[in-house]
Formats: sequence, C-alpha cells, structure tokens
Amino acid sequence: MTRKTRRLWLVISCLACLGLAAGLTLRAFSSNIVFFMAPSQVRAHPPSPDRTIRLGGMVVAGSLHRIVAHNTPINEFQITDGQAAITVSYAGILPDLFREGQSVVALGTVEPGGAFTASEVLAKHDETYMPKEVAEELRRTGKWDPRFGKAPDAASWNTMTSSEDSSHKNTKTGG
Amino acid sequence: MFFGPEEGHFALALGCVLAVFQCAIPLWAARSAKHQRLVALAPALAVGQLIALSLSFLSLILCAVNDDFSVQNVAANSAIAKPLLYKITGVWGNHEGSVLLWTLILALCGGAVSLFGRNLPDILRGRVLAILGGVSAGFQLFCLLTSDPFERLYPAPMDGQGMNPLLQDPGLAFHPPILYTGYVGFAVPFAFAVAALIEGRVDAAWGRWVRPWAVAAWAFLTCGIALGSWWSYYVLGWGGYWFWDPVENASLIPWLTGTALVHSAIVVEKREGLKIWTVLLAIATFSFSLSGTFLVRSGILNSVHAFANDPARGVFILALLAIVIGGSLSLFAWRAPSLTAGGLFAPVSREGALVLNNILLCSICAVVVTGTMYPPFMQLLAGRTISVGKPFFDAATIPLTLPLLLAMGLGTALPWKRANLSRSFTHLRTAIPLTLVGLALCWWHFSGVLPIACGVLSVWVIAASIADMMRRLGLRGGTLRSVLSRARSLPRSSWGATLAHIGAGITVLGLSGMSSAQHAIVEVPIGHTTHLAGDDWTLTSIRHLRGPNYNALQADITVSHNGHVITVLHPEKRDFTSQHQTTTEVSIHTNFLRDLYGVIGDQQGTGVNTTYVLRLHNNTLAPWMWLGALIMAIGGGLSLSDRRLRIGAPRRATALAEKTS
Repeated sequence: MTRKTRRLWLVISCLACLGLAAGLTLRAFSSNIVFFMAPSQVRAHPPSPDRTIRLGGMVVAGSLHRIVAHNTPINEFQITDGQAAITVSYAGILPDLFREGQSVVALGTVEPGGAFTASEVLAKHDETYMPKEVAEELRRTGKWDPRFGKAPDAASWNTMTSSEDSSHKNTKTGG
Repeated sequence: MFFGPEEGHFALALGCVLAVFQCAIPLWAARSAKHQRLVALAPALAVGQLIALSLSFLSLILCAVNDDFSVQNVAANSAIAKPLLYKITGVWGNHEGSVLLWTLILALCGGAVSLFGRNLPDILRGRVLAILGGVSAGFQLFCLLTSDPFERLYPAPMDGQGMNPLLQDPGLAFHPPILYTGYVGFAVPFAFAVAALIEGRVDAAWGRWVRPWAVAAWAFLTCGIALGSWWSYYVLGWGGYWFWDPVENASLIPWLTGTALVHSAIVVEKREGLKIWTVLLAIATFSFSLSGTFLVRSGILNSVHAFANDPARGVFILALLAIVIGGSLSLFAWRAPSLTAGGLFAPVSREGALVLNNILLCSICAVVVTGTMYPPFMQLLAGRTISVGKPFFDAATIPLTLPLLLAMGLGTALPWKRANLSRSFTHLRTAIPLTLVGLALCWWHFSGVLPIACGVLSVWVIAASIADMMRRLGLRGGTLRSVLSRARSLPRSSWGATLAHIGAGITVLGLSGMSSAQHAIVEVPIGHTTHLAGDDWTLTSIRHLRGPNYNALQADITVSHNGHVITVLHPEKRDFTSQHQTTTEVSIHTNFLRDLYGVIGDQQGTGVNTTYVLRLHNNTLAPWMWLGALIMAIGGGLSLSDRRLRIGAPRRATALAEKTS
C-alpha cells in the first residue's frame, strides 16, 4: 500500500463520514427543528398538528384550572401575547416557578381544534426575568416597551386584547 | 485577620505577574543558545504561581468560612445559617469564584508538569510551561479586571443572601472542580501541541509524553459529565438525565474530541502516524473547552447555568478566546506542513480502526456543535427563534454511534500495520455467544430499532473486550501459572483500555435501557394504587415534617409486585419559606437493573377529598449510565499508572514492544 492510496482511503472515509453526518443532520433538522411561536402567530398560521413548536407568552391571570381524568392531573391555562390567547392543556406537574401572570414557554403541538397540548412546560426563570422570546414578542406587538419599566400584568392584557375571543372551549384531551 | 481578602487579592495579582514571566522568559530564552539556561526558570515560576494562587483561593475560602460579609462575593453567595461544607463549596458556585478555581486548576496543571515532567527535555518543558503560563495570565487578568472575587462591600450586611437550597447538594458541590479539572486538563496537551509546533518536531516520544496528560484530563471530564448528569437526575426530579442543554453540550463536545485525541495519540506513540492530526485535535479539544466556559459564563447561550450577563466580561472572554484559539490555529497553519508524515498502514489495521474511531467521533462532535450553535446563529442572523432538542440529537448521533461501537469491539483485536479481518474476527469468536444472548435480552426488553441496535452493539463491545483480553492472557489451553504470568506482563495501559471500553459499553447499554423507561403522572388520594411497568405503586400515607429551615410534605409510596413488597419510597417536597423556594427530594430505589423513582408534587383539595400529584418512573438500567462512566474513568486511571509512563521513557522497552506487536 503506497502513501498515495492510503491517503485516498483516508480522504474517502473522511468524506463518506462527514457526508453521512451532514445528511443525518439535515434530515434531523428538517423534521425536528422546533420553532418558537407567539399565540397570535399560532392563530394566524396554525402549524400542522404533527409539528412540535414552542409556544411562549404570559399566563393569563385567573385562567389556570385543573381537572383530573383517570387519575391524571391535567392543567389548563391560557398563554397570551396581548394579541391572542391560546388554551394550553398539560398533563403533568407544573414547574415550581410557574405562576399566573408570569412568562412561560410550553413545548407541544397545536390540535386541529386550535388548542395546544403541551408535553413540557418551562418556567425556570425567576420573577424578574422574562424569556427573551416573550420579551421580543411583546415589544413587537407594541404591548410593552422595556424603556418604560416592567411589563404589565398579564391579567390586564387579557382585557387589552380587543377583538380576540379569549373564552375557550374546554377541549378535554385526556392524556 | 492573618490572611484576609486584600492579601488574597494581592496573591492573585502576584500569581498573574508570575504567569506573565512564566510565559515570556522561556519563550524568549529558548530562542537563543546564549540564554538557554534561563529556560530552567520556568518550573520554579510555575510552582511559584501555584503557591500564590493556592493562597489566594484559600483566603477566599477563609472569608466564606468566617462569614466575612464585607466581601461582596461572600455576601451574595453565603449566609450564616449555611452548613460549613456548603460555605466552602459555595466559593466556586458563582461566577467570580469559579473563574478563580479555573485559574487555580490551570496553575495546578503547570505545577504538575514541573514536578512530573522531569524526564522531558528542558526546552520542551520550558515551552509547555510558557504556553500554560500565557493562558493562565489571560484568565487571571480576566479575574482581576472584570470579576474580582475579593471586592469589598460597604457597609457590610449582617447576613448574606446566598441560601439557594437547590445548590446545597453534595453532587453539585463536587461537580464543578472535577469538571473544571477535565476542561483545564486539556490545556496541557494543548500546550504540548503548541510547543511541538514551535519546535517543528513531533515524534513517538512526544506522543508518549502527551498521552498521560490527555488521559488524565479525559478521565476527569468523564467523571465530571457523569456527575452533572447524575445530579440533574436525582435533584431536579424530572426523571431525565441529559437535556441536550447548551451547557451540557459544551462539556460533551470537548469530551468527544478528547476521546479522539486519547486514541490518535496512541498512533503517534506506537507508529509515528497521524501526527499533524493529533496536534490539531489537541488544539481543538482545548479550544472547545475554552469555548465551553465561554458559552457558560457569557450568557450568550442563555441557560439555567449562566451566572454572568455582563457584556464587559463577554467581550474580554471573546478576546481571550480569539487570541488563544486564533493564535494556535494560525501557528498550526504555518508550521504543520513542516511536520513529516509518519508510518504506513493498511486500511484494515489497528491504525485504520483508530482512524475510523477518530472520524466517527469527530463527525458526532460536528453534529453536536451544529445542533448547539445553529439556533443562536439563526437568532442572530435571521431573527427567528428556533430550538432543537432530544429528537434532533437522537436522530443525528445514534446512526453514527452504531458503527463506532462495532469498530470499538473489533479494533482492539486488530494487529498494527496490516490485519486480516476474518482472522481477527475468529479471535473474537468467544464474544459471539454473549452477543447473541445480549440480542435476545435487548429484543425482549427494549422497544424500538435503534435502542435494540445500540444495546446489542454495546453488549458486543463488552464481550469483544473480554474475549480479546482472554486471548491475550492465553486463557484457552493455558495453565493457571502461564495465565498469571501473562497477566502480570501485560502493560497496565492494555488493562486500562479494556476496562474503559467495557465501561463505554455499559454506559451505552444504560442509555439504551433508559429509552424503554416508563413513567406516569397521577393525582391520587391516599390508599390508591397505580399500575406501572408491572408493579403496583400505592400511596400509603402522607406526613408533614419540619426541617431546620423548611417544611416538608413526605409521602410513603409502597411499590409491590404481585403482593410482594419491593420497597417503600419516601419522596419529599420541601418548602423553604424564607427563600420562597420549593425543592423536590426524589426517592430512588435501585436494584442495579432498574431504578424505581418517585416524586411527590402538589397537594390538592382538603379533607377527605385531598389528592396528591405523584410522578412515578420505572427507569430500566439507569444506574449503568453512571457506573459505566465511572469504569471508563477508572480505566483511564489504571492506564495512567502504567510503568512506562511513570518511569520516564525506557526507549529499549518501547522498541521491543513495537517489534513484537
């Protein structure tokens, strides 16, 4: 085996492996990238039900209620960005930092009916901190300008929400 | 006080000055024959720097132990009521203290090179220490200028604020030092690589010198990652062990390239091949370690672990990274072509297997880097917020892991230079029955194609490693005496390698097992039984406890199988009223084949209608993940104790070993 053929072998195997890695990465990207969406975006362009998204916003004050179906606790609450509110149902234990009127990010899918089924709810930030995505969405929709102090209470946004019908039908997704 | 914060601050500054000299003097002196004796100053300077930094770190610990709240760092992160252990470990639980710990460990590496590197040529040792000194000086400057741990606070508060109960845990207390030793340890191979580039020479001796440092750093990093994963498993109470969080990936990336480095350095040592590649890997591994710190510290990737959101620090660290990584890579581009190419080998040979290992590990690393960096870059460039998680990493890395495992079992049985695949395979035929048993068991217990494939291949790795060891010991047809004498004459590094491979197999087996873990979240009254994974989980009773600074809700969950009680789990939910924080105390019962994992959540309702939320997990093979990592690290340690590495470089023995292999 000469130096040249050995090098050829090396180059071929490197390329094959990197090609494989790139192919796998692209394939995994195309089916597994999770986009962040705000409730108003979900309302405007509902993603397909098999697509996992991250839904972020504030928990509408007074919207959290719990039901127990087959001994499984299901939490239902609304997430709002001031434009629209989406009902989220989550079977599981809400994180310790979950509070009404505070920011939250839920991972899950949008059901055909428009409700959101969360597989994971993240609220791991403290009371003073708002997830970047939520803050950006608030700024974009003009509900909050960080230069003028703290974000308003999410309970007040619900009344700010002008046309949107925020009363939700209880889509009981037992899980 | 005898050794207060000002003295500590001064010691840190002194260490920084010594580090600058440690960098400048040997580099300058090695260039001219006239001043070459000055190179011998480097070890003394390194030891001096180590002493200065130890004193500095000690004084910070003293401040924390003595509750000196006039020091801002102590006031923010400690409190009078904190137990002594956590006062000490809290020193590195924050940004400033962790940077100081980082520099201390770097100084320790320098001191270790000075003490254990006596057999190195003076010039090489001087240059290695100079590079370490340069990196050290940069980080100490960072510490002094942007994150001074000794900053005073006036007026001093009566009590500190640092009582985060989540951070008061032995696992977290010892996780950072071990992880940092792993991260920083790769500075030594990096320094060797840069020194070799300056010198323009890489040979078998270089490979032999650099390998133990790489193995040591690798073993610590393995332990550190495993400890972190174990901590999140038993503290956070989500039943998960790895979240593909950017911070976790930041430790996995250098581990992958570090593993590749540990293997490619073998080829340099034994066959003088892959020299340029090994140098590049050494540079890349430390660069990834540094970037890992950068990702954690700067808050560029926001995460629970981020301490600092200060732009000045970010810019400083970015500049430091640019100098270290950019500088070493340009040096590589400039000098690497002058390194001569090494020994020849056929594609099917031990070298070939090691090359395959390197290619696959680096491909996995590339996938993890892409998955970690793509979301923040998309955020920056396109303004779209996206994220990738476990599904992405599973889909992209597992198909690359499968051939890696296959090659791992076969590789150790291949001879150097040129191998006959079928003959080597017959050496491993004793591994076939065990693998088939593994196949049957995996088929029976795991669900899904990929977990079964991973499980079978990891059984194959374990079986092939054992079979290869049996062949080397001449177990087939050998007398007890011949086997024993062979076992004694086998180098410890082969034992270490076998052990590490078995450990890797055990870890992957644990990971595959976890894919068939089952869980249930239920809300039940007392006395209710839930069926999960063939067992009955009954909430038998609930009681309220009062701890030293918290109130707790404790549950008794009886787990039984066909009426026969297996165990009673006692998970707790603790409410730290003064900190407005609740923590969950997971209860785990393990029999080494599975973990029964119980968590209690909120109490709902009152009176007879009271119900409790429970989270129940049946985690198949969970302990194996960390057990395997521990075995890997022990294998690394065993290989470090190899005679050849301890006692200098007996060239004759190496030459003989090369001839016979």
